[in-house]
Amino acid sequence: MLIYSLLAGLLFGLYFTLIGLGLNLVFGVMRIVNLAHGDFLMLGGFLAFWLFNLFAVNPLPAIPIALFLFMMAGLPLYYLLVPRLLAARDPEMLSIILFFGFSQVIEALTTIAFGTSERSIPGIELGRPVAAVESWFAGRKVAPGPVTLFGQTFPAAWIVSAIVSALAVFLIFLYLYRTRLGYLTRAVMVQREEALSSGINVHRVSAIAFGVGIALAAISGLFAPFMLGSITPAMGVDVTIVSFAVIVIGSLGNPLGTVLGGVLYGISYMLMQSYFSSWANLLPYLLLIAILLVRPSGLLGRQVRRA
Amino acid sequence: MPRLWRHALAIVVPVVGAMAVLPALYGNHLLLFNFVVFMLLAQGVNVIYGFTGYLPFGYVGFFGTGAYGFSLMVVHLATPPLLALVAGGAAAVLLGLLLTPLLRLSGAYFSIANLAAALAVLQVVSNPDLQDITKGPYGIALNGIYQPTLAYGVALAILAATLMTVVYLRNSRFGMALQAIREDPISAGMAGINVVRERVIAWLISALIAGLAGSVFAWYVSVFYPETVFGSEFSIFAIVFALFGGPATVLGPLLGVIILYGIYNTIGITTPQYFQLIYGLLIMVLVLFLPNGLASLLRRWGIDVP
Repeated sequence: MLIYSLLAGLLFGLYFTLIGLGLNLVFGVMRIVNLAHGDFLMLGGFLAFWLFNLFAVNPLPAIPIALFLFMMAGLPLYYLLVPRLLAARDPEMLSIILFFGFSQVIEALTTIAFGTSERSIPGIELGRPVAAVESWFAGRKVAPGPVTLFGQTFPAAWIVSAIVSALAVFLIFLYLYRTRLGYLTRAVMVQREEALSSGINVHRVSAIAFGVGIALAAISGLFAPFMLGSITPAMGVDVTIVSFAVIVIGSLGNPLGTVLGGVLYGISYMLMQSYFSSWANLLPYLLLIAILLVRPSGLLGRQVRRA
Repeated sequence: MPRLWRHALAIVVPVVGAMAVLPALYGNHLLLFNFVVFMLLAQGVNVIYGFTGYLPFGYVGFFGTGAYGFSLMVVHLATPPLLALVAGGAAAVLLGLLLTPLLRLSGAYFSIANLAAALAVLQVVSNPDLQDITKGPYGIALNGIYQPTLAYGVALAILAATLMTVVYLRNSRFGMALQAIREDPISAGMAGINVVRERVIAWLISALIAGLAGSVFAWYVSVFYPETVFGSEFSIFAIVFALFGGPATVLGPLLGVIILYGIYNTIGITTPQYFQLIYGLLIMVLVLFLPNGLASLLRRWGIDVP
């Protein structure tokens, strides 16, 4: 039971990292709080659902589609909302309210378009690629089904989601630490004004980071039907809270911290589920408050407390 | 006549008077009661957000705590409603005291922590393990205390007291001090304001208002679920109403409630998603073009908004 909880926590932790990563990137670069993060995840979930039901597209090949669509949506959205917001007196505070309004708009439009019913995709769909890989290794046909890892059995969908999340985190690190654009992005993260004065096109860099941020939310949404249960237009708020818990534990604005936060959150969530299941839903909130009070800058962060 | 009394005569008396007369002219008393509740909540948000600058995303936590504080006293101890009302307010203030460390956080961190706190209280109250005490997720049904007319009257009294408090904040050194803290806590401290004490007082006043509103709400409706009194729409509506009218004014939040809650009741009940769309868009437009609400628009036209 303990080993099961730890391993399941690790798998979920990687997935939670993916959920939080986009939010953290946006906060780190623009210092704005994207309260509509969970709603972009929800849209990703609906994308997976419709691609699967209309064209029988598996969520895995849907990843590049989501990346492209949401990058394309994110860039104009950035120029529409953010520069005006950053010119205001207290952008961080106003961004909460602005993106709250935006999340309401997304939720309302989704409800108008699709209704409030719950949608899901059979978990076997993510089992197929795993079975294909297993068949290749074993040299014989393996039926799709649960996967055994260190003597514990997990749904194949959990393994696939965790692997995709780990890959996405790795790619984000390459983007931030191994490309010129990432170098500029980190410069904007550290000091927006100085980046501007040293000739960096801050708006272009930020717009790309914003697009990547919401595309990451949408990609994690593709796996939401398997990891978070069925998808509904109203699920966004809860997801946003969870992603906040994850990135605050790690520390706001530090992508490396998100991995730590996601894994810690996933493991403690699974331990709560196993040992005090009726109190497990309380965990994200208490963890969030406790971390904010004891170490508001997160486990790997800089100073944020005032007065 | 000092501004304080002028404002009291010009706003508090007409508003409370109108809400007192309306039940005789209009049949839907529950709707009028809800208007009073939202006026209370919008002014409560005004005290902590408008004057002090802390955006309480989990403001409903105090409302729900007040409702449960009231109901548990009635259910377990058979307390008379007026006494239970005091207990409800006290419970909210107690929660406020418990959450005072959150005020050390700034900006977004405070809002998110406050939201998490409200959701944590909801999780505790609705936990099936505590069914013997709070009835868990099955909700509360109060018997034998249903007196809608008296409850409405008490709500009006609370409204009058709340409005007077806001009028006082608008016209006093204390209110100025709070606004100074909002603008720049460090400079305010340098100017001799006890930053920590003043903002804790504002926080507790705000908690008390929501707690009393929650208690009287529980009294009036008598039957409710945890999700009813901890519903995030209470926080959200209250914040949007206050913001729409203009924070740090007496009139602004009242205007916000009358206009937006009025719209909500004409189109929002039958097609909630269209109302959600409209107020979502409204919030975005407000933040981008009119961050200080209707009041700032009136001020631009040269009208002084009390």
